[in-house]
Amino acid sequence: MHDSLYFAEQHLAVREMVRAFARDQVAPVAARFDESQEFPWENVKTMGELGLLGIPWSEELGGAGLDTLSFMIAIEETAKVCASHSITISAHTTLGTSPIVNFGTDEQRARYVPILASGRVLGGFGLTEPGAGSDAGGTRTTAVRKGDRYILNGTKRFITHGGVGEVFVVTAVTDPAAGTRGISSFILTKESCDRALADSLGVGHDASLPAMPGFRSGKKEDKLGWRASDTRELIFEDVEVPVENRLGEEGKGFINFMKTLDAGRVGIAALSIGVAQGAFEQAVAYAGTRKQFGKAIGEFQAIGFALADMATEIEAGRHLVYHAAWLAQNGHPYGKEAAMAKLFCSELAMRATIKAIQVHGGYGYTKDYPVERFMRDAKIGEIGEGTSEIQRLVISRHLLKGLIEG
Amino acid sequence: MKIAVCIKRVPDMDVRFKIAPDAKGVDESGLKFDISDFDGYAVEAALQMKEKLGVGEVVTIALGPDSVQEILRKAMSMGVDRSVQLKADAVPADSYAIATALAAELQGGGYDLIMFGRMSIDTAHGATGAMVAELLGLPCVTACSRLEIADGKGTARRELEGAYETLTFPLPAVVTIDEGIARPRYPSLKGIMAAKKKPLDTKPAQLGATAFTLDTMALPPERAAGRIIGEGVAAVPELVRLLKEEAKVL
Repeated sequence: MHDSLYFAEQHLAVREMVRAFARDQVAPVAARFDESQEFPWENVKTMGELGLLGIPWSEELGGAGLDTLSFMIAIEETAKVCASHSITISAHTTLGTSPIVNFGTDEQRARYVPILASGRVLGGFGLTEPGAGSDAGGTRTTAVRKGDRYILNGTKRFITHGGVGEVFVVTAVTDPAAGTRGISSFILTKESCDRALADSLGVGHDASLPAMPGFRSGKKEDKLGWRASDTRELIFEDVEVPVENRLGEEGKGFINFMKTLDAGRVGIAALSIGVAQGAFEQAVAYAGTRKQFGKAIGEFQAIGFALADMATEIEAGRHLVYHAAWLAQNGHPYGKEAAMAKLFCSELAMRATIKAIQVHGGYGYTKDYPVERFMRDAKIGEIGEGTSEIQRLVISRHLLKGLIEG
Repeated sequence: MKIAVCIKRVPDMDVRFKIAPDAKGVDESGLKFDISDFDGYAVEAALQMKEKLGVGEVVTIALGPDSVQEILRKAMSMGVDRSVQLKADAVPADSYAIATALAAELQGGGYDLIMFGRMSIDTAHGATGAMVAELLGLPCVTACSRLEIADGKGTARRELEGAYETLTFPLPAVVTIDEGIARPRYPSLKGIMAAKKKPLDTKPAQLGATAFTLDTMALPPERAAGRIIGEGVAAVPELVRLLKEEAKVL
């Protein structure tokens, strides 16, 4: 019954449920949403009902009360059929909700977490800016204190759920002289850009959240992959944010989002393993049925060995993911392992999806088969939530800690 | 309203399977198992009935070795209140042996409704439900595609070839469920957590006598490859002759 070092019976029950949901409800529509770039609201609603949008939060906060491993399982299983659905689970939970759970006051947790955990509204994280990507310390968005409010001005870029989301944790400079120690974070709220659809489905909007004047989403990115995920700019023009919406102390924004990104990286690693596994399963099925020269192409060593390499790498990557998740949920340091998992899994997802297309030959290059979508979806894993280059930087700094200044 | 749903653990029949070396069943290694499809519809129908009435209890019962606890937990994660495992080393081939054990457990349980799938998707006898009804002296309606309970009476719809019929029956009763009644829900994560705390009783199965024995199970012979007789109109007379004389289908 226990087919993994890390999983107990409950994890297998979670895996079976998410796998069935992904197979029955997500897989049949994934190509359509990839093509149209629409946000899959109906499935997101079901994901909320199943508890998939608040997996690790306590039941008191409206979550499912499960562990980090269960959370990673859900991300992997959805990514096996659609990375866009998967990133909604990962980004909403880790980027959108976890900062409030981890760094918020009791009042902030009670105010925002239940509506996020139930999937009533979607959350996001505003960190990246046009001029501050890998160098998140180069944040230009400003927050100027005026009495009991802060006035925010600036722009965020490539924000997952930027349009469809209503609750955002946003970083801004409160003390320009203090460098990274002058960055703070704030909870901002706005109305979903899909308000009419949200109302008809009864999901995606909460009337109790104020639509802050001057806070809006900008243009939607037309992306290579993750096309059913809503990625936009966030624009702040003299947004008045009450002091009680500051998340954590002033100046703690940078250190806090570094912690958030550690957790997010394990999620991207899990997503990447799911994408690789999904492409691999397609390749195996194709190699077992496609006949050339009178036999199944998988019987040719060239194809069989390609499948063997994919399977071996995926198995290795999966251990990195669940080991990092295990460290995290048991309170051990896991920053290095998270970076390693993300680096290895996102790069192997590219290798595996490219191989999967090669196994399919010309058919793999068409939209009649899902492997080309898997390849497009894999690429962002090497970029989002810290590029592969940044992961190598993080890992090398961990390795040399104490030996080299800085 | 107290409802019992008897469920069976069956292999996923969509994957290729092999016959076990003793030729009396399938080789279980590497197979995935789940609640039999029709039994899953019955569980969903029972849960919907309880939700509609607002009160009541749904109990799932499965017979077999400890591996059946997996499907009982799954049913409880869908919302079933508690479960009973009737422990037996193996599930007998004879439905009567199974029905006897189920009837012994159901007797005196105070159930208003006892539900089964129309048949299990692996052995497909479709007999256990009706046999339990007979042993308990209860009315039995098989293959219900719709079911409603009101004022101590049940109303069921059954699909016929090109028509359907509606029947009314008194409670308590036994019904077996056809597809189309309800699509089984996914267990929510909260349901999975809650299922861990729900009671699952294990009792020895009081199996009845076996009237028949299963001799062998075998895969159908592989179909021979097709034959190409010729091409175009010229080949038609020969094709017709072979269909008449060799295949004897015309």
